[in-house]
Amino acid sequence: MKNFIYQNQWDWRTSGFALGLVFILAVALVKPIGVSTQFVILDGIVWNFFADDVTVKSSDSNTGYSSSNAYLNKSGGKYAKSISNPANYSFVFVLAMVAGGFIASKLQVTEENNTTPPNVWKERFDNPTSKRYLTTFLGGVLVLFGARLAGGCTSGHMMSGIMQTSLSGYLFALSAFATAIPLAIFMYNKGE
Amino acid sequence: MTIFLAIILGLLFGFVLQKSGAADPHVITDMLRLKDFHLMKTISLAIGTSSLALYILLAMGIIDVSHLGVKSSYVGVIAGGAILGLGWAIAGFCPGTGVVALGTGRKDALFFVLGGLVGAFVFTLMYASLKSTFLFDDLGGKATLVRTGSEKFIALLPSLPAVLIAGVLAILFIFFAIQLPEKRTS
Repeated sequence: MKNFIYQNQWDWRTSGFALGLVFILAVALVKPIGVSTQFVILDGIVWNFFADDVTVKSSDSNTGYSSSNAYLNKSGGKYAKSISNPANYSFVFVLAMVAGGFIASKLQVTEENNTTPPNVWKERFDNPTSKRYLTTFLGGVLVLFGARLAGGCTSGHMMSGIMQTSLSGYLFALSAFATAIPLAIFMYNKGE
Repeated sequence: MTIFLAIILGLLFGFVLQKSGAADPHVITDMLRLKDFHLMKTISLAIGTSSLALYILLAMGIIDVSHLGVKSSYVGVIAGGAILGLGWAIAGFCPGTGVVALGTGRKDALFFVLGGLVGAFVFTLMYASLKSTFLFDDLGGKATLVRTGSEKFIALLPSLPAVLIAGVLAILFIFFAIQLPEKRTS
């Protein structure tokens, strides 16, 4: 048991069963797991500091909240409501994920998985660190723009979606791998 | 109560993603360049086992069908997936794994999450001008392959027993996870 908790990385069987268990627990107890929406919610919370009218209480909307922004106002002001009430299930879930990653990394024997930038990057590029930060920033812009256009990410579409046999999950997964695999091969083709 | 569950389930998900190697961009990148299939096997096993469990528990009435959440299919799912794939390849993170990697103290994950907040904000501002374009053209709505038992979702194979079809698909995912080699041999 102790080894199990302190191990740097579980084998694929343990990892797969554990991940599958978390996905089934989430849908059994609450709802399917999703992450990328919460980037919008955090944006809205920050935006609210700078402008007063981003989300407002409204008796006309289904959720009781509305927004001058069309995206935050969609589905009866669903996002506007979450922004006005950050202590909601989905937002707290993602904050707890950060804590889960922190705990797991503290319970690791070595920190070898925790190098910045990753070895695959160091082996391929000469001037690693600053370029790595710029690249992950740009990667983040693309990933979350894409996830919001798609209405979900690897967690919501690929894992939760395919688990439920959603057509959208399959479409998303095929499309994401169709661009990610060729680009990763092209980008790192000189690396080890 | 739901906040308590959010904390427990979020902690568990973050912990498992880190322990499976999914929050390590090295592992993700080596999967995407078809070099190391550890994570591909993990994902496939997770989808297979959770899907099998889900449809058995739904059939037994243990999981309430109202807990399901099926997302719509529209052109943007494919276009957005393709854009996400590009960022996934260059950064080695997706939204969930980036968040977990931030928790482990990775500085590159901090830049990823900041970029993600920018990307999500750009979309939030652009949505009004995008929503009436072809990107939101319907490709089947909230469709699932098998019958879920919920009237909110459209079953593409309504006449076949759900547990059987979902079970066969789940076993294919599990079989794929077992058969796929750990590493590319060449």
